[in-house]
Amino acid sequence: MSEVKILTGNQAAAAAVKLCKVQVISAYPITPSTSLTETLAEWIERGELKAEYVRVESEHSVMTVCVAAATVGARVFTSTSSHGLLYMHEQLHWAAGSRLPIVTCVVNRGVGAPWSIFNDQQDSIAQRDTGWIQLYCRDNQEIIDTVIQAYRIAEQAYCPVMVCYDGFVLSHTMMPVEIPDAEKVNAFLPPYKPHTFLSPEEPRNINPVIFPSQRRDDLGILRDGYMEFRWKLQNALEGAREIIVAANREYAESFGRDHGGMLWSYKTDDAEVCIVGMGSLASEATAAADLLREGGIRAGVVGIRAYRPFPRQEVREVLKKAPAIVIFEKNVSYGYEGALSADLKAALYGTGIDAPVHNYIAGLGGRDVKAAELAEAVRASLADIASGTRERQTWLNCVTE
Amino acid sequence: MEIKDDNISAMCRPAIGEAGRTGDWRDSTPVIDPAKCIASLKNRPACYLCWLYCPEGVVITGNPIRIDLDYCKGCGICAEECPARAIAMVMHEEAKNE
Ligand code: SF4
Ligand code: SF4
Repeated sequence: MSEVKILTGNQAAAAAVKLCKVQVISAYPITPSTSLTETLAEWIERGELKAEYVRVESEHSVMTVCVAAATVGARVFTSTSSHGLLYMHEQLHWAAGSRLPIVTCVVNRGVGAPWSIFNDQQDSIAQRDTGWIQLYCRDNQEIIDTVIQAYRIAEQAYCPVMVCYDGFVLSHTMMPVEIPDAEKVNAFLPPYKPHTFLSPEEPRNINPVIFPSQRRDDLGILRDGYMEFRWKLQNALEGAREIIVAANREYAESFGRDHGGMLWSYKTDDAEVCIVGMGSLASEATAAADLLREGGIRAGVVGIRAYRPFPRQEVREVLKKAPAIVIFEKNVSYGYEGALSADLKAALYGTGIDAPVHNYIAGLGGRDVKAAELAEAVRASLADIASGTRERQTWLNCVTE
Repeated sequence: MEIKDDNISAMCRPAIGEAGRTGDWRDSTPVIDPAKCIASLKNRPACYLCWLYCPEGVVITGNPIRIDLDYCKGCGICAEECPARAIAMVMHEEAKNE
């Protein structure tokens, strides 16, 4: 039977990992992800979770352990934040290139210098191009449900998945969470079937040097060149859209909760301005939209759930009637603009959707973002748009003078 | 012979390449023409510059000279150094068909 508990985001993620019958966990403590793996370690120690916990000296080794364990057919998990994720970067490429369905929770936190332990999404955005699927959660219920879906997605697409959620804002904040019934999770998530299984009986070399072009090996079998492997990974991520949508739909059918597949929307049908965001910031934006509506401005919200693969078609569909778009995001692609803003505009290019797009960088390093401030920024943007300012990059609540 | 490997991650099988064996990752293979090789022509231990320069030490002196292809990495230094141009570097697949 499912039960409702008051849980932090990290506890919700841990509960999901347990339900998914993960076999190998390796992790290195880094705030704010630490309490997630601490919970798992405790359960393993008490015998409540039958998994191998591998302690290593760094996040680089963490992902190496995950890659090795997934290669021999284990369902694996890890979580990290900020510099831990950055330190893992090289191994993230190895995991994706080997097409291993590893699931990692990224408890989003800003990166130094200078030191900060507080939330923004610069860490996971910086891993955008590693070949991992990235899903962003807006609350603790979505965290538990998304981790369960993530294994299903990863094991169908043969791509690793990052489940990203905001540090402290969600990881350490308690809210009621329905823990799904274990039997139903087993039915939703069949055991992992590896595409390769290392064994002494059938020795193989994994990831040997790959040449630029295809070539035949000693047995006359035509092996791919480097580009073919890259193309297959790209194709897998593009193809993951359908898998993500189907996982969400089937999850909704069996557990009664629909988180929106690639993205979710709130009051967008009649919206004269659409606010776009990811994670808890998008959730906060729904409160801003309500405030704006009270003030007579018909605002809606689009929450990007899958950032990679990017919901190209879905944003075109949901934003096709929007007269104005305001994006809030907790990251910046230095020297350009917010990463989401750049990607979103690219998705709209040439489609005939010609709404002005204003981009706000907000809440970096844990700076508080209130719904009223978001609403105020939208109002300011609408006034600017009315006087002809089509593009705008602004840092919200940043004292620049 | 259209056998294609559809695997989604890079693998080769059987496991070759251990202990310095170059196995199938050599791109080109040295092929010696005895009609040009000085040692063969003179029918005595002569020249052997290929043996001297091979960085892997896989040229076996004798008459005719031989190369241990299990360990040859196909660098082509032997062919470069051969004063008689008796060694040709032949692309992997063609060399195997000989
Ligand atoms: S190709 Fe290189 S490794 Fe092979 S025999 Fe010649 S020098 Fe030695
Ligand atoms: S270097 Fe050339 S000529 Fe000299 S022994 Fe080797 S193959 Fe023969």
